[in-house]
Amino acid sequence: MIKSFKKDIKGILIEGLTLSSALIIIAIVVVMFTVIFIGGKDQITWEFLTSFPEDGMTKGGIFPAIYGTALLVILMSIAAVPFGTITAIYLTEYAKENSIIAKTIRFAVRTLAVIPSIIYGLFGLGFFIKFVGTQMDETFLGGQLKWGQPNILWASLTMSLLTLPVVIVSVEEALKTVPRELRAASLALGATKWQTIWKVVIPGSISGIMTGTILAVSRGAGEVAPILFTGVAYYLATLPASLSDQFMVLGYHIYVMTTQSANVDQTMPIQFGTTLVLLALTFILNMSAIILRYRIRKKKTD
Amino acid sequence: MTKKTKKEKKSGKSDSGLIDITQRKFRWSDYLAEKIIKGVAFLSITIIVLIFIFVFRESFPIFASAKPAEHTKAASNTSDVQETYGEVTDQGTAEEVQETYGEVTDQSDVQETYGEVTDSSSVKSPSESYAVSDGSGYDDNQSALKSLASKDWYPVSEKPRFGLFALIIGTFKITIISILFAAPLAILAALYTASFAGKRLKEIIKPTIEMLAGFPSVVIGFFALMVLATFLQEVFHYDTRLNSFVGGIAMGIAAIPIIFTITEDALTAVPKTFYEASLALGASKWQTAFFVILPAATPGIFAAVLLGIGRVFGETMIALMATGNAAQMGLNPFESVRTLAATIGAEMAEVVFGDTHYNVLFLIGSMLFIFTFVLNAIAEFYVKGKLMKRIQGK
Repeated sequence: MIKSFKKDIKGILIEGLTLSSALIIIAIVVVMFTVIFIGGKDQITWEFLTSFPEDGMTKGGIFPAIYGTALLVILMSIAAVPFGTITAIYLTEYAKENSIIAKTIRFAVRTLAVIPSIIYGLFGLGFFIKFVGTQMDETFLGGQLKWGQPNILWASLTMSLLTLPVVIVSVEEALKTVPRELRAASLALGATKWQTIWKVVIPGSISGIMTGTILAVSRGAGEVAPILFTGVAYYLATLPASLSDQFMVLGYHIYVMTTQSANVDQTMPIQFGTTLVLLALTFILNMSAIILRYRIRKKKTD
Repeated sequence: MTKKTKKEKKSGKSDSGLIDITQRKFRWSDYLAEKIIKGVAFLSITIIVLIFIFVFRESFPIFASAKPAEHTKAASNTSDVQETYGEVTDQGTAEEVQETYGEVTDQSDVQETYGEVTDSSSVKSPSESYAVSDGSGYDDNQSALKSLASKDWYPVSEKPRFGLFALIIGTFKITIISILFAAPLAILAALYTASFAGKRLKEIIKPTIEMLAGFPSVVIGFFALMVLATFLQEVFHYDTRLNSFVGGIAMGIAAIPIIFTITEDALTAVPKTFYEASLALGASKWQTAFFVILPAATPGIFAAVLLGIGRVFGETMIALMATGNAAQMGLNPFESVRTLAATIGAEMAEVVFGDTHYNVLFLIGSMLFIFTFVLNAIAEFYVKGKLMKRIQGK
């Protein structure tokens, strides 16, 4: 009797320990949210979102940073989503599950997902700017410096490499939810494999492709390290007008304002405001991705 | 024609004298689509190879110092040194960053490491700093190569020294702190979610942690810098506000979702029969969770921790914002440190292309790359094989 009671106490303690770890993590998330929300909520006005920084970035808004972030993620998605989707299609539709090629590609994708983001930055600098950009300048512009320097195109391409695995994994998951019977039916009706993929599989997994895109956009909007030396700028008086321009980004704006600015205390509200905007952006994107994915999974189990 | 016969041979297996309905007309569009898709799928492998090549290529000149020919070629490039990074971004950027850089690392003891160093060679005169390294570039590379193992990191002084030792120690210190913080929390939380939590609680915990995974690292860095640093200082009463402890905790927050997700996957992958057998033998719920499920999933948890380490090791923005960025050797967790990744992030923008310093930063990048690559490979092959064996009972 006493023995079993002791055991019970132990059980309660252990369950309580695991529960409290889960609660601590939730508390961390909630605290981070609340602190940033309270610090930044008064700052968010229409004017803050739509005007340029003023007085050496101590006043004014963050419009160029929002614009730059949007431009960056759009260009990035244009590059990452098609390639990611096609890779996922290859992995689920064409490759045999245990072939060496498929295994290697899967390993490569997972490696891409864990490479530190700063390495992508170095790669962008070494490959896109120093190699491709300089070559382009030499062949097309006779050595005149245009592409061989940091700009939004190279930054977006660097970012698209970083988000490629995100797209691949989400799309693959969605493609697997399309029932085998649908494919078989399509093939039985005389459709070719490509027609089946194009007319049956892809429409059936469009929400998965969207989830992948949203997650990639959210990841790309938040990352700073890969673009540190491939195109982001500290302050620009004009918006980027062409692919060879530099640009401002929300994440880098936060970093610069908190660590590189001369009067950190004075700009505190702007810092919190900018962080809140970035956090709200990624939060909304992630939320919709989670909801979409939840629906896909539900469809799978139905 | 040959293609057709091949196809016929393939489908010939199934038919037994009857009309073969699986036989299809060869279509170019289908054939092309397949080839293109296959080609694109190889892109991810290509990218890995390219990253290998290009990150290493830029760090290679340090080791190539024995070849003077290589060097003269580099020297002839001096004319287009104008394309230094600092110059390019000079819409007020370079100067402002320059002026305020000291601010970041304004602890008194840092002066001798970074603050002073940046002053001695300014971004505004790239040709000058290039000349210094160029005039005696040959010796420079060799002395740089020698200094890699030393402990001083003075990248831009008269006689630059690139001792990686302090940076490596700093990185490991932070990694250990953050894993000690994140791994127990994440693993226990995953155990709770997998074995104890009711359906409703599960639906709160999992999305919340997914949200945490979506937090940009710059936001976590900001939180650490503004709130966490002050809070921890008040609790623990240490001198330097930004140190490896604060940085470690912040990076631990970033690593929690990775460790949690993979651990949870590993725990739920343990077959239900294990659970049922244990309960049938009279074990209680917590005994089953701790002595049956947890051991069965150990390889997966090991993989989770490895990937968590990889994440922390390469984390840049949090390291830049919350660790104080001073290259110090001590083992005290309440001292400022400078990590490998943060060094790249902070200095690459102010470095001269082709300079020894530039090459050393790429060398650091290669080290980070190899380290995370190996970690991932271990997690992938060794651990997965073991996990499968254990679960299938072979």
